[in-house]
Amino acid sequence: MIHSKRVRLSALAGSVLITIAACSTASSRGGPSSAPLSGTITIDGSSTVYPITLAVAEDFQKANTGVKVTVAFAGTGGGFKKFCNGETDMNDASRPIKADDAGEGVACKAKKIDNLELGIATDALSVVVNKDNDWAKCLTKDQLKKIWDQGSTVSTWSDIDPKFAVQPIKLFGPGADSGTFDYFTEAINGKAKQSRSDYTQSEDDNALVTGVAGDTYALGYFGFAYLEENLDKIKAVEIDGGAGCVAPSAETVNGGTYKPLARPLFIYPSKSALKRPEFAAFVQFYLDNVNTYVDETGYIEAQPPVLAKAKADFAAGLK
Amino acid sequence: MTAASRPLTRRQPISERVIETFLFLAAALGVVTTVGIIIVLVVQAADFFAQVNPIDFLTGTVWSASIEPFRFGVIPLVVGTLSVSIIALVVAVPLGLLAAIYLAEYATIRTRNLVKPILETIAGIPTIVLGFFGLNFVTPHLLKPIFGSALGTFNTLAGGLVVGLLITPLIASLSEDALRAVPRGLREGSLAMGATKFEMVRRVIFPAALSGVMASIILALSRAIGETMVVVLAVGTSPKLTLNPLESTQTMTAFIAQISAGDTPQGSIQFKSLFAVALVLFGLTLLLNLVSNRIVARYRNIY
Repeated sequence: MIHSKRVRLSALAGSVLITIAACSTASSRGGPSSAPLSGTITIDGSSTVYPITLAVAEDFQKANTGVKVTVAFAGTGGGFKKFCNGETDMNDASRPIKADDAGEGVACKAKKIDNLELGIATDALSVVVNKDNDWAKCLTKDQLKKIWDQGSTVSTWSDIDPKFAVQPIKLFGPGADSGTFDYFTEAINGKAKQSRSDYTQSEDDNALVTGVAGDTYALGYFGFAYLEENLDKIKAVEIDGGAGCVAPSAETVNGGTYKPLARPLFIYPSKSALKRPEFAAFVQFYLDNVNTYVDETGYIEAQPPVLAKAKADFAAGLK
Repeated sequence: MTAASRPLTRRQPISERVIETFLFLAAALGVVTTVGIIIVLVVQAADFFAQVNPIDFLTGTVWSASIEPFRFGVIPLVVGTLSVSIIALVVAVPLGLLAAIYLAEYATIRTRNLVKPILETIAGIPTIVLGFFGLNFVTPHLLKPIFGSALGTFNTLAGGLVVGLLITPLIASLSEDALRAVPRGLREGSLAMGATKFEMVRRVIFPAALSGVMASIILALSRAIGETMVVVLAVGTSPKLTLNPLESTQTMTAFIAQISAGDTPQGSIQFKSLFAVALVLFGLTLLLNLVSNRIVARYRNIY
């Protein structure tokens, strides 16, 4: 009898302890602003912006262990479709949202997903070739259009310029869900999404890098960071937008000479999601440190007025 | 006697019925699933064919599902699939059959017990691993030195070779079973007639097992046609019509994987095209299964 009473007592004491412990965690979670943040943040969108957001997310999670940030790369358009369907908190974008597009602006309006457009960096959309390519040092905008336009008949390098190798050209580029695709086709072919379709398409830029790196006669295009990271395997083609050959770099982009492929990069946080403290803190952290991550990932810092505007818009959006 | 048998007969119908129902449900599940898949495929594909002329679909030579102007000519995808499958068979049929003959007729029991499980392990490797093997080893280290710069990073040949590797164990294992199922009397008879071992295999055992061997090859072909991850990684996603195995193409399965992984909205023409392509794929494998059944029935020797 005595023995079993003792057991019961100790069991009782144990459960009290557990209850106290549970109470204390509960109170610390629901506490005021000093409490650690928790929750899940879902981000999708551009594969071009992906490396920046991923780097931000990693460091943010280290500082806030209670918050889980998932970053995916469905492409700008693919991401907006999810974003405007209320599935994600933020969309990475390598072009502005299309107000008239059924899957983007129209859907966001219909679902009442208000959002902020925050410019965070600049990209030099790069046309790249294999490192063994010693003939295509510079291509004009017209030559690029000849290669990539809808109905293009270019099948060998010599079709572009008789001086080039008489070898089949292997093309690699992003697919139709990609903002890079939209931007490139609009800047080069004159109309967004107007492009030839018989090339290797992937929303995964690393697959494109692999493709170009493994094929002497390859040509592809994607964001600057993927070039910077793989300079041992691929190299950039200079672009002649009408005023001579210009290589993609921070200087040429900021100097305004890398035309027409320099482009702004954005993040689109949802306004309603900003009401969640962990998400507001994340975007604040993003904007406060963005240049560190932009440098680290190989992109080009946004001009100071662009960042100042982003910070002001964000502050206004929190209210 | 009567006392013991009465409860038995009374209990039997209930327990028996329960078991029978379970067995029936288990068998029906597969059938229902198949019928369900066919219905979904046909209904969705019918929707697609309301917008795209089936003749254009089946005879068109340009496939551009996501870049305007949309063109849905399935021939490039079918050619891509068949190229990979044929290369795979060229590798797998000789290798698989030779392995089967060795295992069935020549290998000692010890060797057989050692080799067969190892061979079957290949079939158990996750196909995404094999795809990586194709992209990062077969293409750059085996094929590049031979074909040089004509070879693309993604190419049909590497995909076909790796899929061939993948289906070799299937052919080897099933053909070996077929060879070993040939009655002992036939072996002994042919040896008694003075045939050498190889003559026996070539003239007696192999023809006798032909229906099983053919069935194994067709089963392997079905497997090759349906293979996805290897071809997504090694063959790439470039839907162009070419018979050059050094270039990148896209198979039907790779297209389905690419579009499913992206963010194609439900109800869009691209989404519906998935079902049309899946229907072609399904039709092709169904056809092969029917052919296989015919062959088995026709060449079957009953002992």
